[in-house]
Amino acid sequence: MQTETQTIEEFARQDYKFGFITDVEQDLVPPGLSEDVVRLISAKKEEPEWLLEWRLKAYRHWLKMEEPKWANIHYPAIDYQSIVYYAAPKERKGPKSLDEVDPEILATYAKLGIPLREQEMLAGVAVDAVFDSVSVATTFKGKLAEMGIIFSSFSEAVKHHPDLVRQYLGTVVPYSDNFFATLNSAVFSDGSFVYIPKGVRCPMELSTYFRINAKNSGQFERTLIVADEGAYVSYLEGCTAPMRDENQLHAAVVELVALEKAQIKYSTVQNWYPGDANGKGGIYNFVTKRGKCDGAGSKISWTQVETGSAITWKYPSVILKGDDSVGEFYSVALTKGYQQADTGTKMIHIGKSTRSTIVSKGISAGHGQNTYRGAVRILKGADNARNFSQCDSMLIGEDCGAHTFPYIDVQNPLARMEHEATTSKIGEDQIFYCNQRGISTEDAVSMIVNGFCKEVFRELPMEFAVEAQKLLAVNLEGSVG
Amino acid sequence: MMLEIKNLHASVEGNEILKGIDLAVGAGEVHAIMGPNGSGKSTLARVLAGQEAYEVTGGQVLLNGQDLLEMDPEVRAREGVFMAFQYPVEIPGVSNTYFLKAALNAVRKHRGLKEMDALEFLTLVRQKMKLVQMDESLLTRPVNEGFSGGEKKRNEIFHMAVLEPTLAVLDETDSGLDIDALRIVADGVNALRSKDRAFVVITHYQRLLNYIVPDRVHVLVDGRIVRSGGKELALELEEKGYTWIEQEVRSKTGNAGAAVAAVGA
Repeated sequence: MQTETQTIEEFARQDYKFGFITDVEQDLVPPGLSEDVVRLISAKKEEPEWLLEWRLKAYRHWLKMEEPKWANIHYPAIDYQSIVYYAAPKERKGPKSLDEVDPEILATYAKLGIPLREQEMLAGVAVDAVFDSVSVATTFKGKLAEMGIIFSSFSEAVKHHPDLVRQYLGTVVPYSDNFFATLNSAVFSDGSFVYIPKGVRCPMELSTYFRINAKNSGQFERTLIVADEGAYVSYLEGCTAPMRDENQLHAAVVELVALEKAQIKYSTVQNWYPGDANGKGGIYNFVTKRGKCDGAGSKISWTQVETGSAITWKYPSVILKGDDSVGEFYSVALTKGYQQADTGTKMIHIGKSTRSTIVSKGISAGHGQNTYRGAVRILKGADNARNFSQCDSMLIGEDCGAHTFPYIDVQNPLARMEHEATTSKIGEDQIFYCNQRGISTEDAVSMIVNGFCKEVFRELPMEFAVEAQKLLAVNLEGSVG
Repeated sequence: MMLEIKNLHASVEGNEILKGIDLAVGAGEVHAIMGPNGSGKSTLARVLAGQEAYEVTGGQVLLNGQDLLEMDPEVRAREGVFMAFQYPVEIPGVSNTYFLKAALNAVRKHRGLKEMDALEFLTLVRQKMKLVQMDESLLTRPVNEGFSGGEKKRNEIFHMAVLEPTLAVLDETDSGLDIDALRIVADGVNALRSKDRAFVVITHYQRLLNYIVPDRVHVLVDGRIVRSGGKELALELEEKGYTWIEQEVRSKTGNAGAAVAAVGA
């Protein structure tokens, strides 16, 4: 009879299920970064002069910056001159429908269980699929356009709505923000752009699937979502990546802008390649995500399920500028094998009666190291600001770790703050109880973990919640669903 | 025989607790295992259920002719072994219904039956709830979390009613129950008695056996069954106490007396 501890350790060693490489011809810029490369990227994308200037400002600023070292993560130095900064599938005359999309690419999606066709017809999800760096398929565009909603790749938005892009680009994450965001500003390849006009409620979940695919190509997505006064949008981002030998840097930037009474709900399910059993070869995910509740009564909600990447460095934040605005952060982060995650959020309360909620669930298995790092700042003018934070950690096995670093800075005496934290282990008595009812150890672990994460999963849109549960299951146990 | 235990020896952390148990339980029968504290009653239950910490060092257990000890605990459960826990475990975040549906479908799958969908399952659950007079709110709450002692025990019987085992082992299900709860639990068990199902009822007190009337009573002392009889044996024990039987064992075996005395103390 197998011992329970052994079985748990086996889950922790579970192989990555989505490791495969699609053979599509790539249009590559040679490795390395220089002003010429920045110009080349901009030229290839036929960008206007102002955007090139913006990129160059970022590049010059980046040269003066140093990589941050404060996070609780450890990795060998990154050689920024060995990275390919631009890759696009060669065959790319913006397809009008899925039929025009390279069958190889469609096959990749099929392997990932993302049936675009079905989604188009059944699920009511408009997918702006980012394959490597260029969007290859956008669905439901017509319908959305009728309502004045813009949902397109970033490059298209630059071409067709340059004024909007120019108005908001860098207003939440300035080009000089931090090492990785600045690098992104200089070399970002593509991403998504969303604009919801005044008073419009986007009738469907907008969804982008990211997938890193070109060998050695760092991916630098840039997403900008603007919800005008009284608008509402729910945006989903999900991704898986193929198996790799070399570490891949991923430094994305996401900016959200919510004007008066607007609401943005941004959900992420992330499952990038975490590296092999010894932690070699996984994705480095250094992402800057930030939202600004610019107008009174606006709301921004981040929900993330992080199961992949060798290293995750990510703090989706909300600047609560408008009075009565609301910021939320719901997170599940799973680390196993030798994965490291240093993730959390920042809530910056500026306006009066601003409220924020933080619910973080960290799960560590194998040799995984999970760090929650959160900052709540309540500035002088933020009368009656409120924050509630809950940070729970679950440990599976003996070799993993959980760490919590909550930073609190309150400058207004009327503020109210609550912080709760727990740490638990999956007990052998719980596993045995499940076994005795006929439930396998694998299913028991997955069931208990899902129960632990419930408060976060229920914030996810329905289909995404199911997918997230499945991802956790795949990561913790045997079968791909 | 549904359950055959032959010369079973088992240890916990190197200490031998079961020292050669022989027991045969036929389908449709209810056997009570009684004995003083520390005699090995709960160990027997856990060995049957397959808990890892309990190491079998000798002997054999057959369930319908199959080697039970070779099976993982979940396989035993799917083969029809159910144990009602003395201390049911809390599983935060997992609703009682969700848990039970997963359990039932694991059992059904193993037996080649179609898995139940949510609607079929709910119909079944409502019907079974009546057996133990379960409050509906206990369905949606996390498994055993915040349940009172009585609710936990009722929940165990409820699980049993849904899973319909062939062999049910009740480990001191009466402990910590007031008389009303005891009656409800016993009524539930009695309703589940059938010719295809066997029960092993482990208890310290005779009280439970007023409600669940056994076919056979076995007295366990120091890891051995020292006496077996009909239901009247339980009454005799109630009257005379365990010391009576311990003394009898001691006078018979002589050299084992020291160990028995230690257990009895």
